[in-house]
Amino acid sequence: MSIVEILKEKLSSLNPEISEGKGFVSVKVEKDGLKQTARILRELGFDHVKTVTAIDYPKENEFEIIYHASSFLNEELAKYIIELRTRIPRDKPEIETLTDIWSSAEFPERETFEFFGITFKGHPDLRPILLLPEVVDKKPLRKDFVVKEEGIFR
Amino acid sequence: MSTVESIPKKLPGMDVNKLGKDLYEVFIGPQHPGSGHMRIIIRVDGDVIVEADPDLGYVHRTMEKLAEGREFIKVIPLMERMAILDACNITLPYVEAVEKLLDIEPPPRAKYLRVLLCEINRIASHLYGLGIFGVFLGHSTMYMWPFGDREVFVELAEKLTGARLTHTYPVPGGVRRDLPQGFAEDAEKAIRYMEKRLEEYRKIFLDNPVIQKRLIDVGVISKNLAAQLGIVGPNLRASGIKYDVRIIEPYEVYDELDFEVPVFEEGDAFARAWIRIIEMQQSLRIIRQVLEKIPDGDPLHEKFWAKAPALYKKVFEQTKRVKLIPLYANLKVPEGRAFARGEAGRGEIVYMVESNGSTKPYRVRVVSPSFRNAIVFRYIVPGHRIADLPAIYGSIDYFPPEADR
Amino acid sequence: MAAGKEGKAYVGNLDISARKANEILMKKVKLGKLVDWGVAFSLWPVHLTTSCCGCELAATWGPRFDAERYGALTWVGSRQTNFIIVEGTVSRKMAKAVKITWEQMPFPKFAIAMGACALDGGIFYNSYNIVRPWEIIPIDVYIPGCPPRPEALARAIVELQKMVRSKSIASEWIVKGVREENMKYILPKEAETQ
Repeated sequence: MSIVEILKEKLSSLNPEISEGKGFVSVKVEKDGLKQTARILRELGFDHVKTVTAIDYPKENEFEIIYHASSFLNEELAKYIIELRTRIPRDKPEIETLTDIWSSAEFPERETFEFFGITFKGHPDLRPILLLPEVVDKKPLRKDFVVKEEGIFR
Repeated sequence: MSTVESIPKKLPGMDVNKLGKDLYEVFIGPQHPGSGHMRIIIRVDGDVIVEADPDLGYVHRTMEKLAEGREFIKVIPLMERMAILDACNITLPYVEAVEKLLDIEPPPRAKYLRVLLCEINRIASHLYGLGIFGVFLGHSTMYMWPFGDREVFVELAEKLTGARLTHTYPVPGGVRRDLPQGFAEDAEKAIRYMEKRLEEYRKIFLDNPVIQKRLIDVGVISKNLAAQLGIVGPNLRASGIKYDVRIIEPYEVYDELDFEVPVFEEGDAFARAWIRIIEMQQSLRIIRQVLEKIPDGDPLHEKFWAKAPALYKKVFEQTKRVKLIPLYANLKVPEGRAFARGEAGRGEIVYMVESNGSTKPYRVRVVSPSFRNAIVFRYIVPGHRIADLPAIYGSIDYFPPEADR
Repeated sequence: MAAGKEGKAYVGNLDISARKANEILMKKVKLGKLVDWGVAFSLWPVHLTTSCCGCELAATWGPRFDAERYGALTWVGSRQTNFIIVEGTVSRKMAKAVKITWEQMPFPKFAIAMGACALDGGIFYNSYNIVRPWEIIPIDVYIPGCPPRPEALARAIVELQKMVRSKSIASEWIVKGVREENMKYILPKEAETQ
């Protein structure tokens, strides 16, 4: 069975959208089903998270939060990278943390907090990691914070 | 004879705060012997470290935000400044992700040339790591010898690409320059010289009783803890897990070459020093095979040559050097999202590129191997003495400009 | 100074008499040239790397481009060093550390700015997290390049030596007590609030 079929069978109760992308397998769920999906993936054998990030879509008024998970100890699953994503509204950016399932998500979640202003409820130590406090207030990676470039036609 | 203005009035970071009965808080600041640009805040009880907290961000240069305002080809030198020592390894996954979005594949000669430069950079990066490790432990011969031998490989890369450290060699579609004349003989001399030197490194560093006392059983990371914390690179392979992107998901031509990946079981600082020397021996083996097997052909994809003016083809025939074709300045990449990963000298590097059909990327996300290794300071250091901190710091090969991006 | 009967010594104002002695030694007896020669050939930089040009700094003190033959030895303690090499981009967090290290060093002290990022931002010119180094500490020699070759850094040390000897910076400092009359330090705002 291919990896897409295994995932469709195990996650059928949560109604996900599973597709294959360029170099990853994408699993999209609703915001409330994120933690249950992560638990099922952990039991299948995906034991660490490579990165946690967010993308800002101001036209649709939403943030998209992305986790990339893979496996170290299981040799067949190590070839696949699962992209777990969900959407949250831009006016109320809050989501539950996944550090009790994957402890390698601790530092990247702090980074997403300081750059976008998204709070992760239940994180053991949520404070800025790379920037000074005055710069964190401006929420740098959102699209309304503009950085000027030189040039004649810009 | 000091004047009044040279006496500092109040300087934060120079105090030692007293927290409890026997508990003190010490800042090991960005200026320390060996000077990596990060700060570690430790809480000590006598001589034993009770808690450690890394303070990152001293070299944060906001590469992800700047990449959204520049064209796709201009992002390559920006991303290269993360770790200019192995510039080819750091930028190659970004170029592969853009090629996946454009749906083209480079010709076979370009793939072999990319692997050649990747392995030369891997040797130079491991020698730099061992040199800095020697400075932390106070072993000055281990600083002078690797930096002298590293010049051999930096000059070899300069013959191939034209620059000592910032190569900018892979571009979407191929590589920028072809092999010059007489390169194969110089490379053979360098390989024979390095194989003799690696024996001498073993004698002065790994068989040295003082170094063995300082490094054996210090900073032990067990197999399950390593998988749970998510560390990468030679640190992971020294803890018993056989994970290398070159054999799990082979990119370029690594599936046609014959090499081994070493794995150790102990997981202490001594194993992490051993494993870097054995990896260098395997890299020398790969360079020999690449120079034997390289096929003939063009180093750049024909889709770009068809749009070039006739003058560029004439220049290429004379000098074997590609002048950046004007097509790259206005390259429109179709919509979509791509993900690519590669194995740099310090571990696995990961890129995610999303484009919305214009000439500039919408979002570039990069996670470097040193950022994923930073969690070692939080969980492995407590329980050791202060004198063991340089041994652990140097053995995980942490490079702050790469971690802070 | 006059010696009294019971072993007491009467001295005048010690600052003024020290200044007068300095002027006599440096100007009239011409001991200034010896002091300048000594300072120029023992410029010791402090161990502070600020960004990615640190790779070429480490290579300059390696065996191929040996910078120790000019008398420069990198030293760990900032109280016993002479000059500071600001190389690469200086971020806001690092600006505080550079300022503190500069104030810890004793006079007469010098600074070299290395790389394109120290001149005017380099490739990161419009980033919101970086600071220009000439707003924090006064700089003597600038080196362009990205990264500059180790030979360029060695040439900058030689230029600094020529500057010290021809302008007699060290002996002027001993006579006057300050390096130049109008040196301005502009602090970044974060350093003042802490």
